[in-house]
Amino acid sequence: MTLSINDVSKTFVSDDAETIDALSHISLSVNNEEFICILGPSGCGKTTLLRIVAGLESASSGSVSVDGIPVTRPSPKMAMIFQEYSLYPWRTVEENVMLGLELRGVNKPDRVTAAEKFLDLVGLKGFERRYPHELSGGMRQRVAVARALAIEPSILLMDEPFGALDAQTRNRMQYELLRIWEKTKKTILFVTHSVDEAVFLADRIVVLTQRPGRIKEIVTIPSVRPRERTSDEFGQIRRHLLDMIKEESDLVQ
Amino acid sequence: MTRRLGLVLPILLIIGWEVVAIIVNNPFFLPKLETVIPVLLSPFSDVLGTGSLVDNALVSIERVVFGFALAAAVAIPLGIGMGRFSVLNDFFDITLEILRPVPPLAWVPLALAWFKIGIVSIVFIIFIGAIFPILLNTVDGVRGVKNTWIEVGTTLGASERQVLTKVVIPGAAPTIWTGLRVGFGISWMCVVAAELLPGPTSGLGYLIMYAYNLGEINVIIAGIIVIGLIGLVVDQGFKAVEKRWFGWRGLER
Ligand SMILES: Nc1ncnc2c1ncn2[C@@H]1O[C@H](COP(=O)(O)OP(=O)(O)OP(=O)(O)O)[C@@H](O)[C@H]1O
Ligand SMILES: [Mg+2]
Repeated sequence: MTLSINDVSKTFVSDDAETIDALSHISLSVNNEEFICILGPSGCGKTTLLRIVAGLESASSGSVSVDGIPVTRPSPKMAMIFQEYSLYPWRTVEENVMLGLELRGVNKPDRVTAAEKFLDLVGLKGFERRYPHELSGGMRQRVAVARALAIEPSILLMDEPFGALDAQTRNRMQYELLRIWEKTKKTILFVTHSVDEAVFLADRIVVLTQRPGRIKEIVTIPSVRPRERTSDEFGQIRRHLLDMIKEESDLVQ
Repeated sequence: MTRRLGLVLPILLIIGWEVVAIIVNNPFFLPKLETVIPVLLSPFSDVLGTGSLVDNALVSIERVVFGFALAAAVAIPLGIGMGRFSVLNDFFDITLEILRPVPPLAWVPLALAWFKIGIVSIVFIIFIGAIFPILLNTVDGVRGVKNTWIEVGTTLGASERQVLTKVVIPGAAPTIWTGLRVGFGISWMCVVAAELLPGPTSGLGYLIMYAYNLGEINVIIAGIIVIGLIGLVVDQGFKAVEKRWFGWRGLER
């Protein structure tokens, strides 16, 4: 599996013909089973980039390809986890997770088996019959992760999936995600605006500038895991990233 | 407790009615309770040669079911189309906005001219009465389906058709159901009103008009009570389904 983003730019045209440049000349080549974090200030185009990769939005120029095939619409090779809660409230947890397989016409017993497997993987065994409104925010994002994994994509696109969670839950979810990643061998594109989160998770961090988002720098993180959040080495990387982000936000003032 | 509180007013009204009836002592103005209750207690015996209360109620219900079902069969698909495709909405919108404020009963003369006196005319009036609430709620419901829900569906591999059946329709169902409930209430009003007009020779509306011509006010009141009770029971049925199947709407968060 190779994912490549080739010189992607995106300009939105609003109803009153105003144009908004969201992304400018983004190029990135993602290796198989790599964990990439995209870090950038609010509004710099992170969601837009992920949506273009997912095939939900088209680039104004440039292209995205997976295994050399250009992405023009959503592909079963990729699954997306959205920034906002996205579970179907009328479906139980299990039914949410089974949806992707249901759409492919997989029979019920196999769907149930798959749902069980992935719910177990995200630590939600026993919650099959619950409805989303009965779950906490963290649990709901786990269901969303299980639902995405259930279609067995090779790439996971995650848009600030833990952004709405409290610090403790967030840390736990980060551990869990790494565990799942190591177990399932996915390639992950993970959007965040938390430096700490990016340093903890990523193989490489792609830092974007203020809107229109351009790549400011790509920072490679030493591949040791699990990472000690407070170690000197990561402290230095963190400082470097924070400086870059401060530089960016100073530009707007 | 609140349910019991709700019973106080009906009881007071009944007592007040009886007191006034005794004072007035004129069965052609306000009959006593004792003359109304026997009519209600023998729903299967003939009333004034028009058939029993139950017979007449069944006739009215049959007409409503026809007109209502027809309205739902037209309004739901049309509403889904209009909610989903702005071209369809733009095409129908103005026409519907002009027709909507016309009271269903204003169509009576035209219905008689087109379909003559008979069930077709009555069903037509009911159809007109029920179609707008069902249509408007369906359009609203479909528009209210979150874009994220639809995008999750497409990233999981849903075809256009599957998006409709697995996401849009279930997502809009609670609002559509509200439309059906309101539509049924209006249908019920329409059937009784249409039966009051010259032409029909059966139905609850016909029965109370006929009783008026014979000066049998007690039958009129008994008829009104039956009309109210049937409306109430059906509405409770709609509410029960709403609670059982669409309870998720209020619980989303
Ligand atoms: N459909 C759209 N139409 C017009 N402008 C849009 C659209 N989607 C996004 N934008 C604009 O593009 C820019 C980037 O938006 P985007 O959602 O990608 O930012 P983001 O980096 O994900 O922000 P956040 O961190 O707050 O989620 C913003 O200025 C936004 O207003
Ligand atoms: Mg975003």
